[in-house]
Amino acid sequence: MSLTRAEIGAARARYPGAFGAHPLMRAARFGAILLAATIVIALARHLDLLSLKFIAGFANIGAILQAMWPPAAETMGPIARSLAETVGMAFAGTFFAALIALPLGFLGARLVIRNRPAHFALRRLFDFFRGIPALIWALVFARAVGLGPMTGVLAFIAADFAALAKLYAEAIESADTRALDGVRSTGAAGLATLRFGLLPQVLPVMLSQALYFFESNVRSASILGIVGAGGIGGVLQEAIRFNQWHEVALILIILFVAVFALDQISRVLREALIGRAP
Amino acid sequence: MADALARFENLYARRRRKVLFQAALGWLVFLAALAGALWVSDVSPGRLLGGAQRLGDFTQQMLPRLEPDKLLAGARTQGSLAYWYYALPKWAGLLRQSIEIAILATVLGFIGAFALSFPAARRLGTPRGVTWAVRRLLEALRTVPELVSALIFVFAFGVGPLAGVLAIALHTMGSLGKLFSEVHENADPRPIEGIVAAGGGWLSRMRFGVLPQTMPNLVSYSLLRFEINVAASSAIGVVGAGGIGMELKAVIDLQLYQDALAMLLLIVALIFALDWSSERIRTFIAPEAAR
Repeated sequence: MSLTRAEIGAARARYPGAFGAHPLMRAARFGAILLAATIVIALARHLDLLSLKFIAGFANIGAILQAMWPPAAETMGPIARSLAETVGMAFAGTFFAALIALPLGFLGARLVIRNRPAHFALRRLFDFFRGIPALIWALVFARAVGLGPMTGVLAFIAADFAALAKLYAEAIESADTRALDGVRSTGAAGLATLRFGLLPQVLPVMLSQALYFFESNVRSASILGIVGAGGIGGVLQEAIRFNQWHEVALILIILFVAVFALDQISRVLREALIGRAP
Repeated sequence: MADALARFENLYARRRRKVLFQAALGWLVFLAALAGALWVSDVSPGRLLGGAQRLGDFTQQMLPRLEPDKLLAGARTQGSLAYWYYALPKWAGLLRQSIEIAILATVLGFIGAFALSFPAARRLGTPRGVTWAVRRLLEALRTVPELVSALIFVFAFGVGPLAGVLAIALHTMGSLGKLFSEVHENADPRPIEGIVAAGGGWLSRMRFGVLPQTMPNLVSYSLLRFEINVAASSAIGVVGAGGIGMELKAVIDLQLYQDALAMLLLIVALIFALDWSSERIRTFIAPEAAR
């Protein structure tokens, strides 16, 4: 006993949804995909992806990969020092950014500034700082205060303080006010209420956010050297410029290991602060 | 009674000592790390103050000389907005190139991440060894910063946007691939079991069991990544990989600081406009993933 064509047709007419999308819908979907593909291909052509340059470049990549083996360097001194600089810049930059963000977070949460235009202008100014990547800040600061790792520290401060302040303000706003009421009911003064009612709630969150920023900054710090802000990026760029591909490979491996190790340390610290993530 | 009280006092004192000791140890480690960081990064109060002062002067040089009564005058009048943004068409073109790089890199990265995310997801019936290898590959891809691969690609492919597209695409592949595989892992197993029961193979399980559940989240993550990639593509020109970063570096090197500020404002405006619109789209297609 098998179904006839007529029976299938009848079922299709009764339950159109069970047999897949309507032909018109399918045509529309197909058209949208076609349009998107056309745009992507046009972009690819426009940006040289479909050109001889691309194919020729692949041969170069092959040659570079071959030249990278085995990873080696003539001297380890500069690499070790710039690696320390990389981590140091990220740590100091994140620390100062968090230090500045703390009072700003309290101000932002309590909406101290009543003057609306001033409030608006301040928010936009913070958006400006937040919107520009650390590399661009480093590029600007390298001109303003000179080359060296301190430029990197300033770049991280500029790029992160506003973002951290925003997160801190959110943490404070979402804190449980009943704890504050409880401390206040014992007759505590204003500052003591904050210290014992609010701080125990928000501090672990704030610290763990600062740790997240530190992790991401270690990654960014490894490239700031390209614009002269200290760290391993400068050594790396130098090695690439002089075709020292053995050294490039070694630096990349060291960078991998360092980033991995710091991520693990930071994860352990975060878990100790706020408990294991679900 | 008094005995219990004494015992309590004793325990309390011991616990308090322990907490204080731990706190002191934590502070000690932290301060040592901070001191080390300040030492290697050459930061001292004096240098910081000196830097702040020079930064003040520098900010002065960056600010345009705008005059309120001539604000809307033509590009030839000093003090007008048009005079400040005299090269707007050129900058807009470069900004467009940055966006194009970001779009193409996100699409290419999405395709790669999509293909690799299924074998990278655990518990979907992919052989263990394959999952392990794909995961390590994705890890390697996302650990290399975009700028570092861009440096190498500029060397291999020449100066221009192509190097930028490839660098950002590889990084996107690594980070989206990981996120996608996590989304797949969290998919409801029952539809997949249904496909197995109907005799479907690996490909059918992924296509009809996993993908319909996870697609909205994949799109949402990709939009988020697109925003990040726009920021990256505006910076990546610094090493010669195309986009507005190239011109930004040029004007800073030529000490045209008012131009630099004008371009920075354009970049920020673009990033926030995208941020705002993509947040709306994301809450529309995947409310639970849009954060």
